[in-house]
Amino acid sequence: MKSDLTLINIREEILSENKELADQLRVRLRERQVYLVNLMSAPGSGKTSLILRTVAALREAFRIAVIEGDVDSAVDAERVAAEEIPAVQIKTGGSCHLTAAMVEKGLAALPLDSLDLLFLENIGNLICPVGSDTGANLNVALVSIPEGDDKPLKYPKIFKTSDAFVVNKTDVQAYFDFDLEAFRSRVRRLNRDAPIFEVSCKTGEGLDVWSAWLAERVRTEFRVAATQPDGLAGR
Amino acid sequence: MHELPVTRSILGIVLKHAESNGVERVHTIDLSIGALSDLESEWLQDYFDHLSRGTVAEGAKLRVQRSSLKFRCEACAQEFTAAREELAGALCPGCGSRDAAVVGGTGYRVESMEAE
Repeated sequence: MKSDLTLINIREEILSENKELADQLRVRLRERQVYLVNLMSAPGSGKTSLILRTVAALREAFRIAVIEGDVDSAVDAERVAAEEIPAVQIKTGGSCHLTAAMVEKGLAALPLDSLDLLFLENIGNLICPVGSDTGANLNVALVSIPEGDDKPLKYPKIFKTSDAFVVNKTDVQAYFDFDLEAFRSRVRRLNRDAPIFEVSCKTGEGLDVWSAWLAERVRTEFRVAATQPDGLAGR
Repeated sequence: MHELPVTRSILGIVLKHAESNGVERVHTIDLSIGALSDLESEWLQDYFDHLSRGTVAEGAKLRVQRSSLKFRCEACAQEFTAAREELAGALCPGCGSRDAAVVGGTGYRVESMEAE
């Protein structure tokens, strides 16, 4: 009878399977020259509104589609489809974030060869989506003025790992105690480099700066991809 | 509930290594979790107890090693650690600057397990 305990070294990242699939998706998307933006926020911050505004600003420049993640409704996908933007709905059936496997299913339902830019609206939640790589080129976290300027202190991981931040609903700033300077300095404690955009999806303020920045990111990515030996040059 | 997919991943890693090492029972599992993680040890264990039923990892105890919050001072480049509560306030012990940013702290992995 064995009774000796053995120590087995493992040293393996948790959720590494999801990460591997996400890396594969990034390669596939780059081959098709599709730029994927993962948009994360709490419920009600304005993810769908930001997507609609951004698409309106960029639809002349890029062919755009949206993957809508939702726990169990099609409300957002219907809003997007009403603007005649190609939209795919992923219902997670109770799960609180999108996994790379779910995104893969969404991609399969889209004509990738005739797209340049793809928005992924994640489940409204500042915790769960963070650890689950979606295969996106750009991770954007959205915060709105009524939520308060303390979010970087309460949910530091999303602020540490995102590539850009958008503060929405600046039109109602006078009614709330959101201190933009305090917010910026709290974000900077976690993330030195990611730009912070202030917008109002209601009035349109600030959306030109955000949209222009995003367009430049997409173009830069395509230029870089076109110079890679395995990229699709001469698009 | 975000602990659930994480726990499922932990169990998958543990069972894979249990099989390749031919172990009959897993006793303890050591995890290291970054300072910025929101994972609660108690929930991890509860989910693990539930998910591992009927496997060689049933009854195994999770031991969580949490790293402390690590900063790098932008003014003098010194690295220092602080408690999670000090996220907004920690000053550089070298030069007193508040201009410091968190380094790392987002990873989590299964380090090892004790088994027979």
